[in-house]
Amino acid sequence: MEFNREFILGCSAIGAGLAVIAGIGPGVGQGIAAGHAAAAVGRNPGAKSSITSTMLLGQAVAETTGLYGLLVAILLLFVKPLLWGLN
Amino acid sequence: MQHILLTAGSDVDVMVHGLFKYSYFGHEVWITTTHVSLLFVMLILIAFSIIAGQAIKKGAEVPGNFQNVVELIVEKLDGMVEGTMGRNAVKYRNYIGTIFIFILFSNISGLLGLRPPTADYGVTFPLGVITFTLVRFNQFKYHKPKEIWADMCSPLPPWLPIWFPINVISELAVPISLSLRLFANILSGTIMMTLVYGLLKWVATIWPAALHVYFDLFSGAIQTYVFCMLTMTYVSNAIGEEE
Repeated sequence: MEFNREFILGCSAIGAGLAVIAGIGPGVGQGIAAGHAAAAVGRNPGAKSSITSTMLLGQAVAETTGLYGLLVAILLLFVKPLLWGLN
Repeated sequence: MQHILLTAGSDVDVMVHGLFKYSYFGHEVWITTTHVSLLFVMLILIAFSIIAGQAIKKGAEVPGNFQNVVELIVEKLDGMVEGTMGRNAVKYRNYIGTIFIFILFSNISGLLGLRPPTADYGVTFPLGVITFTLVRFNQFKYHKPKEIWADMCSPLPPWLPIWFPINVISELAVPISLSLRLFANILSGTIMMTLVYGLLKWVATIWPAALHVYFDLFSGAIQTYVFCMLTMTYVSNAIGEEE
């Protein structure tokens, strides 16, 4: 099998598109966290500031997996590691 | 030199560029855009700290405007550290305050048109490694080796170290995930801003300011807070409850 540059670039673009599907999980997780935080504020409005900071911390940690997918996509699109095998 | 400013190039370009090359003991050493952005951030911070130090040195009993602002910043940072670390806060508020201000200014330096230094993995990874070193140092300072071994074999008893490799991997993942989180957030913001400026040309005149508020200010501040918060949590976990 012979691969030329264009074929590899196209496959890299497809792979980058597939990699950012990882964003679904953190989206659902962040939504759940925000919903529960809203419920908690409704139950106890006095603790709003600490609930908000806890929610933001948890959301940022949950975001990490999505960012790994984003990172893979960025590497595929801008660093193009699959082209290194060509020459 | 046009690579220093993100928005100066005519095409979409988000990579780190080498500006000057030096030969140093047979190695090629590049001065990149990250160094230049870091230099700007450092100059701003140094100038601010010198002015603030002068203001505090001849501080009045009833503080003026500028002294009020400086005292407010220090009080807020100390309050954040004390709220998380409790009685260990005294030792760490200098370090946490320093990295908080540094990361915050690095993140929002995109407002000046610079490429943010934290969008370079070479800047965020050392920060993660410093956290890792602090965690390990405190663990060995406050715990006996036997306790650390029992902790590393944690779900199973200490004489059956089946979980030891998995725990080692999860400990090694701490600095990597810390630094990658900061890096990927800021890099994605930088890429979004570069796409807006690079692809829309003259259409992107005034309204990208709203995007700057989100990608640079909001995202940067949140990620700074998260990095400092996680560092404090890991370190106080390593110190533990005893003493």
